[in-house]
Amino acid sequence: MRLFKKITGSNLFYNFLRDPMAIGSATVLLFLIVASFGAPIFAPHNPYDQTTIDIMDAELPPIWTGAADADSRFLLGTDPQGRDMLSTMLYGMRVSVLIGVGAVVLQSLIGIIIGLIAGYKGGRMEALLMRLADVQLSFSTYMVAIFISAVFQGIFGMGVYSDYALGLLILVIGFAEWPQYARTVRASVMAEKNKEYVEAARVIGLPQRRIMFRHILPNTMTPVLVISTVQVANAIMSEAALSFIGLGMPPSQPSLGSLIKSGFDYIASGSWWISLFPGIALVVLILSINLLGDWLRDYLNPKLYKD
Amino acid sequence: MFAFIIRRITQAIFVMLVISVIGFAIKQSVGDPVREITGISVSVAERDALRDKLGLNDPFPVQWFRFVKGALHGDLGNSFKYKKPAVQVILSKAPATLELVITTSILVVLLSIPIGIYAAIHSKSWWARMAMGGSIIGVSIPVFLTAILLIYVFAVWLQWLPSFGRGELVEIFPGWKSGFFTRSGLAHLLLPTVSLTSIMLPLFIRLIRAEMTETLQTEYVKYARARGLKEKRILYVHAFKNTLLPVITVGGVQLGTLIAFTILTETVFQWGGMGSMFIKAVEDADTSLMVAYLVFVGLIFVVVNTVVDVIYGYVNPMIRTGGGK
Amino acid sequence: MQKQEPLLSVRELSVAFKMRDCVLTAVDGVSFDLDRSQRLGLVGESGAGKSVTGFALLNLVSRPGYISGGHVFFEGRDLATVSEEEMRNIRGNRISMIFQDPMMTLNPVLTIGQQMIETLKAHRHISQHEAEKLALSKLQKVAIPSPEKRLTQYPHEFSGGMRQRIVIAIALLTSPSLIIADEPTTALDVTIQADIMELLLNLCEEEEMALLLITHDLAVVSQVAERIAVMYAGRIAELGSTEAIVNAPQHPYTQGLLKALPQKVERRKRLNQIPGSMPSLQERPPGCAFYDRCELRGEICHREIPRLEEKNGGLVACHMVKTVAGKEKK
Repeated sequence: MRLFKKITGSNLFYNFLRDPMAIGSATVLLFLIVASFGAPIFAPHNPYDQTTIDIMDAELPPIWTGAADADSRFLLGTDPQGRDMLSTMLYGMRVSVLIGVGAVVLQSLIGIIIGLIAGYKGGRMEALLMRLADVQLSFSTYMVAIFISAVFQGIFGMGVYSDYALGLLILVIGFAEWPQYARTVRASVMAEKNKEYVEAARVIGLPQRRIMFRHILPNTMTPVLVISTVQVANAIMSEAALSFIGLGMPPSQPSLGSLIKSGFDYIASGSWWISLFPGIALVVLILSINLLGDWLRDYLNPKLYKD
Repeated sequence: MFAFIIRRITQAIFVMLVISVIGFAIKQSVGDPVREITGISVSVAERDALRDKLGLNDPFPVQWFRFVKGALHGDLGNSFKYKKPAVQVILSKAPATLELVITTSILVVLLSIPIGIYAAIHSKSWWARMAMGGSIIGVSIPVFLTAILLIYVFAVWLQWLPSFGRGELVEIFPGWKSGFFTRSGLAHLLLPTVSLTSIMLPLFIRLIRAEMTETLQTEYVKYARARGLKEKRILYVHAFKNTLLPVITVGGVQLGTLIAFTILTETVFQWGGMGSMFIKAVEDADTSLMVAYLVFVGLIFVVVNTVVDVIYGYVNPMIRTGGGK
Repeated sequence: MQKQEPLLSVRELSVAFKMRDCVLTAVDGVSFDLDRSQRLGLVGESGAGKSVTGFALLNLVSRPGYISGGHVFFEGRDLATVSEEEMRNIRGNRISMIFQDPMMTLNPVLTIGQQMIETLKAHRHISQHEAEKLALSKLQKVAIPSPEKRLTQYPHEFSGGMRQRIVIAIALLTSPSLIIADEPTTALDVTIQADIMELLLNLCEEEEMALLLITHDLAVVSQVAERIAVMYAGRIAELGSTEAIVNAPQHPYTQGLLKALPQKVERRKRLNQIPGSMPSLQERPPGCAFYDRCELRGEICHREIPRLEEKNGGLVACHMVKTVAGKEKK
């Protein structure tokens, strides 16, 4: 309750409420998250339950098109396997958000720790770690994610990979993106390292680890927060891309990316809804996160007078 | 400056070595080279004998060294699927990817610089707002989705443009089949280029605009104004030069993103380039080809990044003159 | 004696900042004159509005700031109302400005020569060769050794003191009638500060240029300036000759400032601080801004903003200062 009061009373919240873009995107995002995590409740069908899926129901158009085979059970139509589009999209969005957040948690943990160590210790350790981060960054996280998942699939085989896809994807994307956090945190640490409170802590004799985590870390949180929102959007985008090329979620556990992929095979035959609706859902999800991220970054960077 | 270049090249070599280790490790753990040669209907004993003969039971470092030696001679193993040397397969597919990448890069550079600068200077104008709004939507739409939508609108519905392949090609010099010189080639190039541009362009517009805005608020721009310099000079000489530096740095990093998105685009358009080749190699568990692609792309990255670093070092006077007092 | 028209005549200059939900006044009705070849020090603590005043004279206040009122009369024109193109002709030409930190103000990617020559070329038709000659002569004037080599070097290749000399050389290029120096020595080592200030002083005398020295350092200003204006919370509290201000300050704030100088305190005694702190832009009280910290405050001080009026040979903005007979300006 106190935390709630602290948040609602804060400057951040005040400015948030006065920016229609921020409120709009936050509302949309909240709606999407609630809808997708409440999929078991809201979805009219269960796309994971093989018994309810009938191949004869495949490729039915949405109900408003007025086509002869449109079925009122499937509001937005069905996919090539006969699964209800709406339900599959809701579950798929849940997967996207889970992977997005999970990957960011992982990459922030790795990145922050590495960034702290590199920034604080300096010297050869820092040079090595930062070089490593730079090289991995230059490969771009998408490439790294693609390679690692390709290798995983090769090593573990399709079967095992599919079973643990969710976790593996979080691992893959999380590992692919830590350099961004490491660099940001290290830059912050470098700036903070020379400030007097660090000197004071050292003089008192506090152990290094304590100085790093309890004193310096809280002051580096602002830039971490700024990139975190964008990173979630990137992670969701990465998962969709991986699923699209077949290195992501397996067909039995659909995500928005794999839905778009299966829809693509049928675009020539005119079943546009299979790609379009998940596409729209994906874009709205990513866009709302990006807009929120932009707002947050502008808010936390007061030196740019944007009037 | 010279020391700087030497350092960069040393790093590049080191990174290539690391890549070779990773690539080699992948080759060892995934797939079976013996199978590549013999197929499945061979007895275990014969297979073991073959392993020994091929030196596959030698210690790891020895095999790795052999691998690197082979690579330096242009031999990265044979593609299981194509039954040809992996390097040959890659080189045959490279022109397709390169043409796509080059066209997109030119478009992005030509468009993003003026738009980004304009958006930074006249930040409140209607055009600028549209550009920025469009940009944030652009980076939120995955490239493969744009590609699919473009195919649906222009190929399936309107039927104005082809939806797959490269069209008619002309061999402009041995090994390079180009699509630039035929009408059909260009028509096939159009949609993939637009798709790829649709995500790279907004990225750069946002980047340039952010850097330019920051530059315009620096003390030295203020000082330039205080000296009564013409606004044009302040923008194009003082501000622009300083904006270029971080843009070169960050832009160079985007190469990786570009290559990754090219893989996606090639997959959608069945564009016979290295990207779609890689995806098929993954599907077919064609390890040699996968690893060859990794090494090849790694080499491209390392070379381009080193070149970009050196260009940056040349453009940035602080590095070029080797620091001051 | 017939008095000449002042070179610079600032009247009721006000600068405001348009924030998201309110308008803040940084500079509130500031007035002062500056004659040819005269040196005026504009003193005050951080946030008092002195730098903003300096920028406002050249209409260089960054967004969201803007000149909200008043006049800046210079060489027959009101700079607060002239067109941008006219203003550009004056900046760096008739009025030159020196900023605080030369590392930040010199463009790191251009050579010194380029930055000097472009300043010249922006204001007159001059060949490259002539411009170089002029630049070299100014570099010599500011005592930079081997100037020919320096023209092709970049800012980061110089020390802080040298950089500031270069900035001064740039300011001299067009032989301006006024130099505005905003904290010119604050970013430099103490040992260099004196050198730079002396250089500036000598140059102003030689070239007959007026100097507006903006600083928080009373010691520096008392050595260089002939007159001092003390700013507090966006307004001028006191304005008079250096001698009068330093030896017989009238405004309670000025008195407090001088008492706080370490040199004035006996050894082993605590420093004399003025209790409290200057109100921020958002916190300005209705009457005199110094009210909360003033020992002399009275009822009228709370209600009415004191005007800058001539009292006892100097200008003071204080209700409590009374004219003493026999002390009028001769």
